[in-house]
Amino acid sequence: MAMTKRKLKEQARSGRLLLTVLQYLVLITGCLAVFIPIVVILLGAFKDGKEFANSGVFELPKSWSFENFKTAFFEGNVLLGLRNTAVILIASCAGTILTGTMTAFVIQRFDGYFTRTVKALFLLATLLPNISMQVTVFQIVSKMGLYNTMFAPIILYVGTDIISIYIFMQFLSQISTSLDESAIMDGASYPRIYFSIILPNLMPAIATVLIIKFVSIYNDFYTPQLYMQDDRLLVVSTVLYKYISSTKIQWEVVFAGIILCIIPTLVIFLFLQKYIYSGLVSGSVKE
Amino acid sequence: MPLNKSDVSSSQWLSDSELKKLQNRSAPKNGRSFSQWLRTYEGQKFYVSALFLLIPLALLLLFTFVPAANMIVYSFQERDQFGVDPEFVGFQNYITIFTDPDYFITFKNSLYYLVGSVIQQALALLLASILCSKIRAKGFFKGVLFFPYLMNGVAVSIIFLKFFTKGNPPLTQEGTLNSVLMTFGIDPVRWMDAANPVLVNCCLVFVSIWRYIGFDIIMYIGAIQSISPDLYEACDLDGANPWQRFRYIVFPSIKPIISLQLILAVKGAISVFEIPYIITGGNYGTSTFVIKTIETAFKKKQVGLASAMAVVLLIIIIIVTLVQKFLFRDESEVDARKSAEKKRLKMSGKGAL
Repeated sequence: MAMTKRKLKEQARSGRLLLTVLQYLVLITGCLAVFIPIVVILLGAFKDGKEFANSGVFELPKSWSFENFKTAFFEGNVLLGLRNTAVILIASCAGTILTGTMTAFVIQRFDGYFTRTVKALFLLATLLPNISMQVTVFQIVSKMGLYNTMFAPIILYVGTDIISIYIFMQFLSQISTSLDESAIMDGASYPRIYFSIILPNLMPAIATVLIIKFVSIYNDFYTPQLYMQDDRLLVVSTVLYKYISSTKIQWEVVFAGIILCIIPTLVIFLFLQKYIYSGLVSGSVKE
Repeated sequence: MPLNKSDVSSSQWLSDSELKKLQNRSAPKNGRSFSQWLRTYEGQKFYVSALFLLIPLALLLLFTFVPAANMIVYSFQERDQFGVDPEFVGFQNYITIFTDPDYFITFKNSLYYLVGSVIQQALALLLASILCSKIRAKGFFKGVLFFPYLMNGVAVSIIFLKFFTKGNPPLTQEGTLNSVLMTFGIDPVRWMDAANPVLVNCCLVFVSIWRYIGFDIIMYIGAIQSISPDLYEACDLDGANPWQRFRYIVFPSIKPIISLQLILAVKGAISVFEIPYIITGGNYGTSTFVIKTIETAFKKKQVGLASAMAVVLLIIIIIVTLVQKFLFRDESEVDARKSAEKKRLKMSGKGAL
């Protein structure tokens, strides 16, 4: 009796050990699948043209020179791309926060037929497929004379961003209306309530929106590709795309460019990891 | 200082309209000028709504509803980029989409991505449940698996251009995947082979899974962590093995999220754009519906046909959304009823105590 019990226990223990080994094996395989393609790019970025052509992808570079990074950054327009992306990012974030919080404030706090209609309109807009819509949006943007200016992506990022409005509305519904009411008792006007009660209380929502905006704008490819053909208006994505659409591709410089473009994302991810997980998930549950 | 009791309670118990009356009392009842009215809360609501919504509504109309309306009108026309003498053609554009094999193949291609996203969900679920068990360096694994989701799409695409390269040994080196295979003694394969569109599409689906799986993992981790620990304890007491635990506790609890993800996968599969557009440019039989739409509009300059394609995509998305709303309405209603019941029980329990 005691024997079999011990045997069972041993069996259970070895079973658990096997399971743990399997679990780590799956995780390590997953991580390798993520790492291997990127490591090849990193190694390639340090090799010079001749070495790149003659060495295997996993061979370490003979010398760790930053020459390719320099070339990509200055001559390869990565610097320009980062600067333009930053300008577009800052302008559209400011625009989204202002218009998004204002819209959410009116829709959430003033209940009535008009605001309910507005809310339904925004809801309806989430259905429209973003990229296909460019077929007709393009004509409006070019009629407005915004083609080949930074205003085109900025105004589109601000004007068609409905997810942010939803996030703001969700947060607003958690801010008690008794706060507004007591301000009303003190004689505060609605604009005053918006600026001194609602806006400060929406800070966590604003942080969430900023994270989502950064990820989507920094990585957006098609809007800048379509609306900003001018070489001075290249952003991160279009700089990289230009590399591979040219006839003579210098792969080692392209790889250095990729690494340079990933670094800002990596730094932000390392510092804001926790907020990024929760922010992106809350952005997806708008349905 | 003794608090004035009526003051405190009034801020909580007065309704909106009563509060307004309170505020309006100071203003004279008749003969108010417009500027005086604007200062009342009624007036403030009016001008704040107008001012605050002016720009967002204008943008919404200009960049969403006007183009949507145009799209529907254009879809019945044959028209070029500048709209010089458009010609009404009835349903001709729609007929082209569903009969011309050049266009219809894109629906077939989206099936690859649909199957891909089922595999993606299964893998994400596996990884998420491993990450929810007792594992060291959880944060590290989670971070590594999630990071591709944050990476620039063009960067990802170029990384995989290199990944799938077939080398030409004396001149160019083998790509990443072939180099890995060769260390295991497997001959290099031509992945991006124009003669083998099935293989090329599978490669593209792999890239898509690589890029997007991290997000699903995070979603599933959130869902699994919201399961009550009591259930696990009961499960352990009954001596369930990990598979039984997953099958009878985890899976039923997160089933709604899994089915939601699968429905959204339909939307995702028909809207694939970026990865195939950059890696193959839609060549080698890898064109997707959205790539074809964009090509038709901006390369072939057939805005009418492209609009019809956009309308078809919109209709598919509306159908999927309606299915999703229909399937999930019941559950949320049931949930609401359940929680109301619970509340009532709690209240009555309190009363009994």
